Amino acid sequence: MHISEGILSAPVLLSGAVLTTVGTTIGLKKLDYDRIMSVSLLSATFFVASLIHVPVGPGSVHLLLGGLIGLILGWGAFPAIVVALLLQLLFFQFGGITVLGANGTIIAGPAVLCGLILHPWLKKSKKQRMIAGFLAGFCPVLLSAILMSGALYFSDHGFFKIAGLVLLSHVPVMLIEGLITMFVVNFLARVQPEILSMEVET
Amino acid sequence: MTEEDFSCGNTLFHKRDARVKIIAAVTLSLVLALNSSISAAFAGLLVGATMLAFSKPTVSILIKRMGLVNIFTLFLWFTLPLTYQGDSFTGVQITTLITLKTNAIFCCFLALIATSSAVSLGHGLGQLGLPAKFTFLLLFSYRQLFIIREEYARLQRAAQLRGFIPKNTLHTYKTYSHLFGMTLVKSWNRADRIHQAMILRGFKGKLIPLARTTLCTADYIFLALLLLISLLLTLFSYYSKFL
Repeated sequence: MHISEGILSAPVLLSGAVLTTVGTTIGLKKLDYDRIMSVSLLSATFFVASLIHVPVGPGSVHLLLGGLIGLILGWGAFPAIVVALLLQLLFFQFGGITVLGANGTIIAGPAVLCGLILHPWLKKSKKQRMIAGFLAGFCPVLLSAILMSGALYFSDHGFFKIAGLVLLSHVPVMLIEGLITMFVVNFLARVQPEILSMEVET
Repeated sequence: MTEEDFSCGNTLFHKRDARVKIIAAVTLSLVLALNSSISAAFAGLLVGATMLAFSKPTVSILIKRMGLVNIFTLFLWFTLPLTYQGDSFTGVQITTLITLKTNAIFCCFLALIATSSAVSLGHGLGQLGLPAKFTFLLLFSYRQLFIIREEYARLQRAAQLRGFIPKNTLHTYKTYSHLFGMTLVKSWNRADRIHQAMILRGFKGKLIPLARTTLCTADYIFLALLLLISLLLTLFSYYSKFL
């Protein structure tokens, strides 16, 4: 999901940096010190999710679960995800300094958006909760893949086909994320529902 | 998984203050990322590789990381020359440029950032003016990361002992979800306990670093040198268009 250094053009890098700064600032503003511990733990958990490999067909994909973090934290998911990206950059050199903004927008933006939109569904019937869970996994990956393709395409129109490939290669990830997020949401709703119902008073 | 593989050492790069290295790394990365000349990108790669050599990284890990970073460039080499709208020669040129830039920035990053510990970088970012809440998040998720991973690994071991073998089935996905869900529940409750413990110890939302760092002359010289290199690379990139 990360875009590496040296690929995107200056305008794309700049808009990514601006959007990520705005998102992170809003997220931090809505976050008081009573909740900061939960957010940092979730940020660490988000990092750990990316180390979990789930079998798909002959290969495997690692989990992202940005949508789930979005459901739990609302705007707070933005800084949480940016911090996790920063740690991934530090430990594994995934992404890069100049693309941190772009990657942040691509991954955290859809996660927060879907989390905010889908959160009210969780309190309704079990069926709606399951649907919301699935969508919270499926949609952020879809939107992120679209944003990523867009970032590539707007950097250089010659990337058109590559952008298409990127979008296509994320389809299995969307389905897996949808299923996993649906099951996790259902699990949390039964085991510790208060995790799902905090925040999002906006 | 190992972390901070490059942060231990006693070279010129390890001794510099985190703030200086962050500024230098950001400037150099920006210059290299925005450059569009192949010769300047190559010069950047030379600069990066030289710095990397001075920081004496562990070669085996370095090769592995370099491989990971180049998976995407390899993907580009297989696809871009064929799919580039225009002609395949421009495709090859663009791919060469991207490969050089990616690796140049990667080398600079390893020499400048990976030679600091996450803790000193976190505090360094704070001293450079990033919001206190953000550095707090960074330092604390770093602190809890290993515990949560251990927590997940324990659940996974328990599942394996019960004969769980991952397959392409709904059951597998459900099991993974429950493992992860349980990890979430545990980290959530852990957060509560840590918060309470910190309140008891008089936590008011500020982390105080134990090591007070001051910038020395060597730090300033180091920064000046790297900013000069960045400037030279910018000029080179600009003028090589007319050559």
